[in-house]
Formats: sequence, structure tokens, C-alpha cells
Amino acid sequence: MSTGNTTAAHDHEHHYAHHFRDAMHEFTSAKEGIWLFMVTEILMFGGLFVGYFIFHSLYPEMFAEGASHLDWRMGGFNTFVLIGSSFTMALAIHYIQRGMNSKATVCLATTIICGLIFACVKYFEYSQKIQHGLLPGHFFHYAEAEHKNLAMYFGFYFCMTGLHMIHVFLGMGLITWVMIRNIRGDFSPEYFTAVEGVGIFWHIIDLIWIFLFPLLYLVG
Amino acid sequence: MAAGQDQKNQQGHAHGDGEHTTHHIIPFSILRNVCIALLCLTALTVLTAKFTHLGIFAGTVAFAIAFVKAMLVMMFFMGLKYDTKLNRMIFGLGFFFLALLAFFCVLDIWTRVTVHNTL
Repeated sequence: MSTGNTTAAHDHEHHYAHHFRDAMHEFTSAKEGIWLFMVTEILMFGGLFVGYFIFHSLYPEMFAEGASHLDWRMGGFNTFVLIGSSFTMALAIHYIQRGMNSKATVCLATTIICGLIFACVKYFEYSQKIQHGLLPGHFFHYAEAEHKNLAMYFGFYFCMTGLHMIHVFLGMGLITWVMIRNIRGDFSPEYFTAVEGVGIFWHIIDLIWIFLFPLLYLVG
Repeated sequence: MAAGQDQKNQQGHAHGDGEHTTHHIIPFSILRNVCIALLCLTALTVLTAKFTHLGIFAGTVAFAIAFVKAMLVMMFFMGLKYDTKLNRMIFGLGFFFLALLAFFCVLDIWTRVTVHNTL
């Protein structure tokens, strides 16, 4: 990529691309792109939420039965973990903006660990469901189901939390990437576009879980 | 050419509302308070859903609390409060189109009539 300007002689100093007016122009353009991407995320999960609302109102008792099979303690614990991780992510950006990059690295590492804890809890939840045969569609083989169409609830459960889980893994990968770049010294109070973008992505994961938790675990 | 482009950029700049010239740093205290508020609201969701009997309002209450939490995340963690109007509008449009999807789906489901074969 050709570069437009150099502001310092440092090796890791970011040079903004030539088609931008200045570094801030590059930052705001990148951020606009991230927000457009976030809209597609909202619409993707939104379709599932609309489906959930419609079928929940058609079969409220069946959804209540489905929710009774989930452990709200595990879901609640994961909510706390994810909110904590969102906080450390926001804090990482705060520290980079203030030039405290090593503190930011600690925050990013904490965020990744929170993601891992979330994944572990989800692993235990999933294996429990798989063991009991509480699965979507024709994989469903739970003998004591009160409602014939209970498989539908687990269709929603696995699709929504599964898609969310994929996002958690992607987010953890992206945070690892920005953490390595941060250790390498790529970021400064003047340039931290990648961390900002990854941060917004991580927060949307939190945002979606904020709705998934009460809908799947509590209200049912 | 360069001068012309500069002028154009200047105009573009003037039109772009609230375009910042410096990065806004969200204070630590705000991030910490938002985090505490989110954790408290999560506890409140669990308490209202599991330890009170709200009956048919349970869903509405849980959704209302989730909405408040979502607003906190969007405004402070995602920084939309300090972002440009354009970015706020872009993200808001996502929810608008989601509402549109929900509206027409619900309209379809609740206006269906059972048709009996008269042949």
C-alpha cells in the first residue's frame, strides 16, 4: 500500500493511505465501515430474534419447557464474564489512547481469558444438552419431552448461541491479533484504528448476549 | 489540482457533521460506572425473573432491562455517545430495518385465516 505521509521516523509509526486527507480522515472512514458491518450483524442476529419472538408467542408453554432445561446460573455467570470482558476491552482502548500500552496489553489479555471462560462454560452446557438428546430437529431424542415440538426450542437455542459462540471465537482471534500488534508497538494515541474496530466487534457480542440471556434462560 | 481537491475536502469536511479533529478519550470513571451498572442490571434481571412472580409481564420486564443495558453498551462501551451523527444514524438504521422485518412478519402471522376447502 502506498503511503501518504510520515509523521515520525519510528519503524512502527503508522502511515495513513494516500487516498485519505489525514490520519483522522482514515480513522473515521474505517470506523464508518465497522459500523456498517455492525448493521449487518444486527440484521443477521435480528432475523433469528424475530423468528424467536414469533414462535415464542405461538408456543409459549413449549418455550417455557425448553428454558427449564437450561441452567440460568451458568448463563448468568457467562453474562457477568462477558460484561467484564467488554469493560476490559473498552479499558484497553482507553489506555492506548493515553499511551499506556503495557496496561492495554494486560486488558486485552484479560479480555481473551474472559472469552475462554465463556467458551468453557458453554462447552459444559452444550455437552449436557447433547448427552440428554436435547438437540435441534431430527437429532432430538429426549424421551420425557412434554411438548412434541420441543426440538424447535433447541433449534433456536443452538442456532442463536452457536452463531454467538462463533463470534466469540472470531473476536478472541481478533483481540489476539491486536494484542500482538500492541506488544509490537504498532499503536499509539494517534493510531489505534484496529483496536477500536475490534473493540466495537467485541461489544456487539456482549450486546447480543445481553438479549440472548434473558430470552433463552430466564423467560423462555 | 491539489488546491482544488483541498477546497473540495474542506467543503466535505464542513458538511460532515461533528467530525472530530482529536480522539475522544472516555474517562476511566465512566467506563467503571457503566460496568457496575451493567452488572447490577444483570443481577436485577435474574432477581425479577427467578425470584418474583410477574406472570405475563416477565418477558416485558426482562426485555426492558436488556434494552437499558444495550443502550449503556452502545453509548459508552461502543462510544456512540461520542461518535459522529452519521455513525449513530447508520447503527440506528440497522434497528429500523429490523423493526420493519419484525413488523411484516408479525403482520403476516397474525392476519392468517384458516381456509377450509369448499370443494
